Amino acid sequence: MKKHEHDLVIVGGGAAGLRAAVAAREFVDDVAIISKVNVLRSHSVTAQGGIAASLGNTEAGKDDSWRVHFKDTVRGGDGLVDHDACEVLTRGAPEAVLELNNMGVPFSRTKDGRLDQRPFGGHRLPRSLYAADRTGHGIAYALYGENVRLGVNIYDEYFLLDLLTSEETVEGVTAYDIRSGEVVGFSAKSVILATGGCTQAFEYTSSGAASTGDGLAIALRNGIPVEDMEFIQFHPTGLAGSGILISEAARGEGGYLLNDDGERFMKRYNPDMMELSPRDQVVRAMQHEINRGKGIDGGNHLHLDLTHLSQRTLWEKLPTISQIAKDYANVDPSETPIPVQPTAHYCMGGIPVTLDGRVKLHEEGKNWDNLFAAGEAACLSVHGANRLGTNSLLEAVLFGKRVGKAAAKAARRGERGQVGGDDLAEKDDMLGSLLASDGSGRVGALRCQLQETMSSRCGVFRSGEELEQAAAEIQDIKREFEENLHLDDKGRTFNTELRSALELKNMLEFASAIVNGGYERTESRGSHYRLDFPEKDDGEWAVHTFIKKGQGGNYRLSYRPVRTGESG
Amino acid sequence: MMKKIAFRINRYDPESNEGSHFEKFYLDVSEQKLGELTVLDALRELKEERDGSLTFRHTCGHGSCGSCAMLINEKNRLACKTHVVDLEVDEGSFVEISPLPGFPVIKDLVVDDERFFDHDSQIMPFISGKNTVDDLEEERQTPGELDRIMEATECINCGACTSSCPTYWDNEDYLGPAALVRAFRWLEDSRNVDRNSRIGILDDEKDGVWGCNKVFNCVEACPKGIDTVAIIEELKRSVITA
Repeated sequence: MKKHEHDLVIVGGGAAGLRAAVAAREFVDDVAIISKVNVLRSHSVTAQGGIAASLGNTEAGKDDSWRVHFKDTVRGGDGLVDHDACEVLTRGAPEAVLELNNMGVPFSRTKDGRLDQRPFGGHRLPRSLYAADRTGHGIAYALYGENVRLGVNIYDEYFLLDLLTSEETVEGVTAYDIRSGEVVGFSAKSVILATGGCTQAFEYTSSGAASTGDGLAIALRNGIPVEDMEFIQFHPTGLAGSGILISEAARGEGGYLLNDDGERFMKRYNPDMMELSPRDQVVRAMQHEINRGKGIDGGNHLHLDLTHLSQRTLWEKLPTISQIAKDYANVDPSETPIPVQPTAHYCMGGIPVTLDGRVKLHEEGKNWDNLFAAGEAACLSVHGANRLGTNSLLEAVLFGKRVGKAAAKAARRGERGQVGGDDLAEKDDMLGSLLASDGSGRVGALRCQLQETMSSRCGVFRSGEELEQAAAEIQDIKREFEENLHLDDKGRTFNTELRSALELKNMLEFASAIVNGGYERTESRGSHYRLDFPEKDDGEWAVHTFIKKGQGGNYRLSYRPVRTGESG
Repeated sequence: MMKKIAFRINRYDPESNEGSHFEKFYLDVSEQKLGELTVLDALRELKEERDGSLTFRHTCGHGSCGSCAMLINEKNRLACKTHVVDLEVDEGSFVEISPLPGFPVIKDLVVDDERFFDHDSQIMPFISGKNTVDDLEEERQTPGELDRIMEATECINCGACTSSCPTYWDNEDYLGPAALVRAFRWLEDSRNVDRNSRIGILDDEKDGVWGCNKVFNCVEACPKGIDTVAIIEELKRSVITA
């Protein structure tokens, strides 16, 4: 079986992974990215609205500063933002976006050629830089180009199987080459998990098929904690039915949300910020309207009205979403409102890391020497309980860079790990027995069951009873997966059914953590809303949830306080 | 009312002796759902409910990532952006799906895109000749300068154009329309400093920009509506006046 050796191995080639690789190349020559999809298919390329930085380039935003950005982010995060991490994020934002400008991101401009900025939810000033509504595409492609320029080794279509660890050191990773079906070992001096988000576990989701939280599951299986997983962001404007994202930029550019009476209902929920209130507030308002029968024709969607915007705004600043509305809802947004409903969008939680991206062993204190995480897979708690739009691309590139640097420095000091033949043989056996699965449960059907459970019982509104039910259903699906899975495709070559099965196994792993964390958190905060505990409880619950998998496979929960300080 | 949609899908499994062949599938779709059904939806349903070995790439599902380009009823398209109703299949006709032409096939609808991405790397898809990290002045770009490259920045590297190009079919070293559009995007970015190294690569009778014979297949194939030939013609002007 094949083995590769690199100084630094980065798993995942979205914005965080690509940015980390660029930063790492300043310190080490031999950097590799492994990605289960071609890196240019990563979910980052679909990010639409923008990236936040307090440049103050527009007249309306000229008084902006990192402190205002900091305060907006803390306020949006509803009491769970770690202030030190948020300070790093907001202070560093201008530098992070100017680097992207140098790398050639096609940012939209003001008349005099400066980086233009537009309003976004929860940000009090226009702070979002944007490349029409293809901002993620522009950023990922520019970062990809830098990776080509710097000679980063990219292994496309390699699926992460496991971490190889000894004590508190990571030795490398195992993966399988999707094209050949062969198990491959990557030994490394340090490893970054930049494996992205996990909202494919939900039925209505804006995320692509690859956002299956593989890194989170592998962390859990290796005794590494995950943090704040109950905080799943639901985006207000998924296209009704499919959940495809209609960017918040549509509201940033002036779009309205209307109920069946044609009323801008946000005026009853947050009259100051209206449609640009933080996402958790907008989503709850929408769900309230739907539940009281004010969805369009009494159904479960509302209207996003852009008909009053100019053609120029629609086709120059919002071309992607205008096209999406046409292609997937048969709606011309200049003439007809777009049908929208809340859609699972982003995970505020993830693998807990230090400010340099070092993965934590426990709630406090000890960290791994050479294992790192970045991007949506990581939890720095810069978003707290509810992320503001445009802060995620910022987190991905800003902390991507920091983590890339730290991991490269660790690699320079460290020894290359050992990947044994036994490790590979064990994984090969695992794939072999999965391929031999000959029950009657199809991967697609089981995945749909999980997605329905998560959307219906662990969605915008939750309750103890529903979450208990969700936990039981997940156990049933797990059992079905273990005992009665069926694969049609028995071959090794480009077996996407096998890949889907591994992804489902991963989703079942972290879905339990989402449900568990949500069940224990008997309060409402940010994106986590309990109908049976509708109040926020700062006395008891201004804490981060840590979930670790114990020896017997049970999840153990513990908590740590939020880090607040004097900054800002 | 249910409608039966017929599919002919090109299958190929290198691990079997069967060789490349077409297989028929039928899908019952309600009239109500039919309007929304994309070719990707249909492929996913067939894979998940009928034959798990049916193999194709897909990721974002809404025309942004470029994973699912394939030959659908004789035209290169993204499966996720192609609605079955728009293919006007009636009784007795099929939705016929094959892998992108001109690329080696790995399995079923999955092609080997290594050479395609190798060409993309050859055109230097980055700002060249500038210190991109240390100089943190905000470099301006006028809306006009941005406009010049805007259309070319929309490329999603799906391969639909290059796969449709007869010149590429005859000469696999020809960079092809996607890489040339991408070359224009980086060459003509006002922030790019070094023009000569890239022009050196592009200025080649056979493999570079002069390989384009203006067949226009690529324009028709592009799912993003990029006028690839117009951009390649602009690129020829850039190269010849360099």
